[in-house]
Amino acid sequence: MNNLSDGYAVFVKRDCATCVLVSPVLAEIRAAGLPLTIYTQDDPTFPDGMDDITNDLTLEAAYHNDIETVPTLLRIEGGKEQGRAVGWVKDEWLDLSQLPDLGKELPAMRPGCGSKSVEPGIAERLAVEFGNVPITSRRIEISEIEDDAEACYDRGWTDGLPVVPPTRERVWRMLQGTSRAPDEVVGIMPPDLVECTVEKIAINAVMAGCKPEYMPLVLAAVEGALIDEFCLHGLLATTWFSSPVLVINGPLAQRVGMNAKGNAMGQGNRANATIGRALQLIVRNVGGGRPGEVDRSCLGQPGKYTFCFAEDEEGSCWDSLAVERGFDANQSTVTLFAGDGVQPIFDQKSRTPEALARTFSLTLRSINHPEMVMIGDAILVVSPEHERVFRDAGWDKDRLRQELDELLLMPEANSDPSLSRKDMVLPPVASKMRPGGLLIVRAGGGAGMFSAVIGGWVASGPKGSIPVTKEVSSREVQE
Amino acid sequence: MSDNMIMLDPTSELNPAQRQRLPRAESLDGLKVGLLDISKARGDVFLDRLEELFQADGIEVKRYSKPTFARPAPTDLAQTIAAEVDVVVEGLAD
Repeated sequence: MNNLSDGYAVFVKRDCATCVLVSPVLAEIRAAGLPLTIYTQDDPTFPDGMDDITNDLTLEAAYHNDIETVPTLLRIEGGKEQGRAVGWVKDEWLDLSQLPDLGKELPAMRPGCGSKSVEPGIAERLAVEFGNVPITSRRIEISEIEDDAEACYDRGWTDGLPVVPPTRERVWRMLQGTSRAPDEVVGIMPPDLVECTVEKIAINAVMAGCKPEYMPLVLAAVEGALIDEFCLHGLLATTWFSSPVLVINGPLAQRVGMNAKGNAMGQGNRANATIGRALQLIVRNVGGGRPGEVDRSCLGQPGKYTFCFAEDEEGSCWDSLAVERGFDANQSTVTLFAGDGVQPIFDQKSRTPEALARTFSLTLRSINHPEMVMIGDAILVVSPEHERVFRDAGWDKDRLRQELDELLLMPEANSDPSLSRKDMVLPPVASKMRPGGLLIVRAGGGAGMFSAVIGGWVASGPKGSIPVTKEVSSREVQE
Repeated sequence: MSDNMIMLDPTSELNPAQRQRLPRAESLDGLKVGLLDISKARGDVFLDRLEELFQADGIEVKRYSKPTFARPAPTDLAQTIAAEVDVVVEGLAD
């Protein structure tokens, strides 16, 4: 539907003063015997007094000819565009039409107005309708009397909270957030072991409430979750509480407006909330990992809706988690941790790093079972007011970790915690934490001498999940 | 074009697109049967006969009725039925 007749074509709308201004010029072109097709976008009777106006209310012709401004005059030969004049620039119109007296009464130049085809909301509708958009997912038609949000519930697509209905327009817009093709397979998603394409990720990102600009982070999260060491299949199936906790590092976190400061692990920030939720919906919908089915969690925890926050790198004296894990500070990364809920740490009195480290260690000891060692990894989230104590003493993360390693040496409890103390042989000493199993990040608001531990899955390490970090693809950050 | 909304399937498409009915009961052994009269004429006659047949087979039956066939069941009634019985037979039309 992209065939223009030879001669001239002009795109106009009544709601544009420049189009109204050039109306007499269009009559002059026709009076000179030049074939002129007039495409009108908003009112089929415009321009007044002209015959043979082509109705482009669907904006299909404007879409196919990349019209961004009205009026735009095209010269067509052999069905191909040979030149265009955008807005009213008299010299350009004279040049294109070869009519020396055209628009004699008009000023030399008037800028045009936006074509209706590029208005927000319309551009994506046109792309879906006329643009051969390579979206291949099954179409689900919802009757106009059906409630769209309820329809998503009825089909089992939601985590219990409402989702944004994944219309083609919204999915197309989401796909503009990545340079990857919709049919690219990102990985094999458990538990159903099905191919997870960029398109399926985009659909679920729409439902989660993501903006298109979050797509590079969502894609990195999915790629990270599918790294074998992370053990997503076991994680989504376990009777334990854990599910993916996402920690975002690097410039993209700030650019998309993630929260690393006050209430970083709480509600209220769209990027934090929806990037984490997108991964959960992908596991649910693409992978088929649903509670009561393959997800056998005994109690679950609220982080299974979404658990995603950024490290507060701004003003930190510490290397970020990503830098510690071998990435460049300019790279944006997603670190995935098989984690549970938030265990707060209260300490408003310690003013030395040794004392504060001791406080941290006491909470870390309680992970999963206070007398058992090496069962769960942890993220220690240090708030700025606590970090300041270490900063003032010149402790980097390694120094803190070294201190914690010593404080976390504890009697290795009998593997059967039901035995009473008197039954236990004097145990050897062991480290509470698995080597490499303690991640330290800085986040939180400026006020509050509180930090937090996010305990992890009891199947940690090679027998279960190892934290992984995935960088946002360089294909997404070319600019 | 109709005004129907088109959504894109977010799933792996391993299951049919249409909403699935709950699986049918293989047998009524040990199940409680609800008989729902939607208040259409002579629906009660039909359900009375079904009740006799179920009871002859030793199946426990509970009776319910909607105030009017013209509207969906009130929430309270729907919740009561869901809580009390395992399957429902509905006298749907006259």
